[in-house]
Amino acid sequence: MNAPTSALLLIALATPAHAADIAMDDQSQITTAAAVPASNAAFQPPLESQLEDNAFGKLVQQGRAIFVDTKTHAPDYVGNSLACTNCHLEQGRKANSAPLWAAYTMYPAYRKKNDKVNSYTERLQGCFQFSMNGKAPEANGPVIAALTAYSYWLATGAPTGQELPGRAYPSVSEPKGGFDLAQGEKVYAAQCAVCHGKNGEGQKAGEDYVLPPLWGADSFNWGAGMHRINTAAAFIKENMPLGKGGTLSDEDAWHVAAFMNSHERPQDPRLIDGSVEKTRDKYHANDGVNLYGKTINGQMLGKGL
Amino acid sequence: MNLAHWPFAGLLLALALPTHAADAATVYSKGGSNPAAMACVTCHGAEGEGLAAAGFPRLAGLSAGYLKKQLADFASGARANPIMQPIAAALTAEEADAVTALLANKPSPQVERISRAAPAAELGAVLALRGAWERNIPECVSCHGPSGVGVGETFPPLVGQSAQYLSAQLVAWQQGTRKNDPNDLMGHIARSLSQDEVNAVSQYFATLTETGAGQ
Repeated sequence: MNAPTSALLLIALATPAHAADIAMDDQSQITTAAAVPASNAAFQPPLESQLEDNAFGKLVQQGRAIFVDTKTHAPDYVGNSLACTNCHLEQGRKANSAPLWAAYTMYPAYRKKNDKVNSYTERLQGCFQFSMNGKAPEANGPVIAALTAYSYWLATGAPTGQELPGRAYPSVSEPKGGFDLAQGEKVYAAQCAVCHGKNGEGQKAGEDYVLPPLWGADSFNWGAGMHRINTAAAFIKENMPLGKGGTLSDEDAWHVAAFMNSHERPQDPRLIDGSVEKTRDKYHANDGVNLYGKTINGQMLGKGL
Repeated sequence: MNLAHWPFAGLLLALALPTHAADAATVYSKGGSNPAAMACVTCHGAEGEGLAAAGFPRLAGLSAGYLKKQLADFASGARANPIMQPIAAALTAEEADAVTALLANKPSPQVERISRAAPAAELGAVLALRGAWERNIPECVSCHGPSGVGVGETFPPLVGQSAQYLSAQLVAWQQGTRKNDPNDLMGHIARSLSQDEVNAVSQYFATLTETGAGQ
């Protein structure tokens, strides 16, 4: 590490966190191994038909409802037009699509960037603050209770404290020559625009977003894990186009992920002193591959919407 | 003649000429200018509600963009249909524009909002609201919208259509006689469905409206 970088890091570490209401100040990456075949090697969560019709079963179903139709069932905490299941496919059950059963058993977990042991509640709150561009549901409130019950139920019988095969999204190697935004734009037009719109705006049925916005004011903010090109490439490779996961090449997944994340979106709620530069140095400089605070086509990204 | 009168004279001339602009209601109820473009009303009903028993689909409330694409695809054979092919081929572009705009403005069926949050016990409801992800089959409503009301110009309404029509389309995709979906998004799903699943999911959407296609 060179001296100016070290100095910046020291300053960043010395700066007290101003965003006191941010429960978890990062969306830390999870290191993942190669893909496991989802069909056989992965843990199988219980079937919905096995859920009993009792108080616990009702709470689990409330959690499932919030998870798949978030804005309808937890409107106070959702600032954009996304639902949890947009990123966690098959209602949070699908291996290699960040399934809840693999996440739940890893908490509590120490996270280097906020230097503390995080509870599962804090992890869920982070999703609402960043991916949903909303606000953290109260730790002892009904939304966290229901989502926790749903996750706990999905993880029934899963071994705890170990990384389960199928966790997160299998990582995809960056193209040798780096990502190419022009190629990403072509992939987007050919494969993505039919659902997500020419300008990433998503599509509605009446008032409901059915096909989620990928950038702009109604999408995830600059603090969400999906703003990392490497994370988005892994998600896209595994899951997109919907129902046709695995059909894009690794290179095209990177190119189109970079294209998606080269557009403006809501500000990172951890913004320090109104400064994109300071926020980049503290939260984005060492957070995978991302364009927050970078200049693309003459415009600095990260100003927020 | 005073030059200032020419625009007015031009207007009179235009009014005096027989009109070539297609009248949507006439195309719908009596057919297009080419006799092969038979009247829509014969099979699709007075209000575009379709004829469930014969498998003729509802057209009322479908987006004009979707309907126009279907007409073009019938004409080209991308959507093979022996009844619609000659009709679509005989409609002029103006007639197709007019009649699809008329149909798009007709009402859609009113239906309760059913999202992925709703319970799903039977096979059809499970496919519609949960999918079959072990075969990469998403929930139908994840593209066609809650209750299958349709989304934009690409994802048509499923609610309001009859089970006969819906199952016939899934079978057409399976057999390759319908291949006009973008990037095979629907084709690959249809080909992964069993006959029981085709019937169940078609029945599910058909019964969301009390009397199916007639509503």
